[in-house]
Amino acid sequence: MSIGQAFLEALESLSSNKLRSALTILGIVIGVAAVIAMVSIGRGAQNTITDSIQGIGTNLLFVFRGGSEEVRNPKPITISDAEAIADPFQAPSVAAVAPVLQGSGEISFGGESTTTSLFGVTPGYATVRNYAVSEGEFISEEHMLGQASVVLLGPDVAENLFGRSEGLVGETLRIEGQPFRVIGILESKGGSGFSNEDDQVFVPFSTAQARLLRRSTRDRVDMLIVSAVDSQSVPQASEEISQILRTRHRTQVGADDFTVLTQQDFLDTASTITNVLTIFLGGIAAISLLVGGIGIMNIMLVSVTERTREIGLRKAVGAHKSDILIQFLTESVVLSLIGGLIGIALGWAISAVVGQIAAANDAAINPTIGIDIVLIATLFSSAVGLFFGLYPANRAASLEPVEALRYE
Amino acid sequence: MSNWVIEANSLTKIYQMGEVEVHALRGLSVQIAHGEIVAIMGPSGSGKSTLMNIIGCLDRPTAGEYYLDGELVSKLTDDQLATIRNRKVGFVFQSFNLLSRATSLANVELPLRYAGVSHGRREQARQALESVGLGDRITHRPNELSGGQMQRVAIARALVNQPAIILADEPTGNLDSKSGSEIMDLLLSLNREHGTTLIIVTHDSDVAAHTQRIIHLRDGVVEENHL
Repeated sequence: MSIGQAFLEALESLSSNKLRSALTILGIVIGVAAVIAMVSIGRGAQNTITDSIQGIGTNLLFVFRGGSEEVRNPKPITISDAEAIADPFQAPSVAAVAPVLQGSGEISFGGESTTTSLFGVTPGYATVRNYAVSEGEFISEEHMLGQASVVLLGPDVAENLFGRSEGLVGETLRIEGQPFRVIGILESKGGSGFSNEDDQVFVPFSTAQARLLRRSTRDRVDMLIVSAVDSQSVPQASEEISQILRTRHRTQVGADDFTVLTQQDFLDTASTITNVLTIFLGGIAAISLLVGGIGIMNIMLVSVTERTREIGLRKAVGAHKSDILIQFLTESVVLSLIGGLIGIALGWAISAVVGQIAAANDAAINPTIGIDIVLIATLFSSAVGLFFGLYPANRAASLEPVEALRYE
Repeated sequence: MSNWVIEANSLTKIYQMGEVEVHALRGLSVQIAHGEIVAIMGPSGSGKSTLMNIIGCLDRPTAGEYYLDGELVSKLTDDQLATIRNRKVGFVFQSFNLLSRATSLANVELPLRYAGVSHGRREQARQALESVGLGDRITHRPNELSGGQMQRVAIARALVNQPAIILADEPTGNLDSKSGSEIMDLLLSLNREHGTTLIIVTHDSDVAAHTQRIIHLRDGVVEENHL
């Protein structure tokens, strides 16, 4: 018997018991839809996080105080450390260094006030981190020298305080009670990932150091953001920075009191976490597919019992064992394949809806349905049908014709 | 090739029912010639069904030899037996045993499908249905047919592969006397026209009266074998 014919006959036989077939298919539909939705949402989240890490800039390295936990009293990173790293003779792979002070502060204008992230940055920060202004200008060397009371607003902060994010240059607002003049508005980077980069304000590094974010020692910085000359030289730059800081901090061998992380380190960590998450969610969803498979097996066993006489007759008129086996296997595979196809559509719909909901809540997860996951789901669901159909089909095929014909 | 379409020599069949051995056939021998019409009769427990199952290649004897149309079939595997049944045996059952979801035509096509015939299958099945007088019922399903018509479909299915023997197990048992005698006439006419050997297992002496020879079974052996 040809495959096409077996397929048609299976459809015919399944349609003679529509409700039962539909309920069995539903089990597979739920399983496949859950797998597809979970995996695609997981991948969407992964892409969002990856994008937001890549959006920070290119070829970046981050230098923090403190190394492994055993190292006591780590020395702070200072401005002079930053200057040493910026020296092209000591660190040829380093393109630019931006020291950062970070904290939070209350910003008020008129009756409105908001608490937001406050960064003390140098003019180089704009290039290192790919920041642009939608109006006004970035912090300049003059602002640095004069410890000027000027501020750059993120668009969300401007929105919160003024109800708009344009035409604000020259306005005066208060940060921690001190007056600051607005010199520009940052271009929106879009709310994404872990921190909202539109909800922050920048002041000149020197101003923050002197008046807003005072540290225990004067030239201490919270973090250095370093950009390497190109992507190949990121590991080299990391090595050079480590060498300079080891010398300057006089650390013992193998006991660094600082940490250098590259953008790739963040990406790797984030990918590891989201991969684990995706596998975990997909695994839970796969359990429901398994349950669906057991449903198929159950219904096929019932069907074999019900059709014992039919099997006996087919054998009497010349059906071989393999003919009966193929007949019942085809039925269970058709069940699971139909379930798989509907499940793919449903999974796609669910992940699209989740994407919409996420977008409406500013989370911007774009569920990604890869062709690979669709293929895997199709193959997996047919495999489920095949596997769980094998036992009932084999049972049907090995019925003795005499007994099957006599069965009431 | 021998003269006999069926030649069974000292067939023994022992069933194991729990701890008890049931001797259904005890060294039974029987020969049936090509084109013969034979009735097998006997009280229940006489081994009628067992003999029919062995003749129809649905079962194998425990001991003894059985030749069907010149082939030794008592030692074949399940799949080989299936092939023999398909080519050489047409079954007609008391309860028709039609596939309820399939049309008359599809029911009659079934043996051809398992024979691997793909060309002209529909045409052969249609001819078989016409030869039993159901040319106008080919798209009907069993629940749209009367008992007599269902049995006609079953007979068409039995003869579509041009088998050496047609084996009918109480073919009129579920029918009223009028359609019963019509079915008997049909079976007899098939024998006349195609020379198909006809073996009828029955309780009904009226049915048996239509045959050329009656084989009486009792306790697993042939008790009486008369013309």
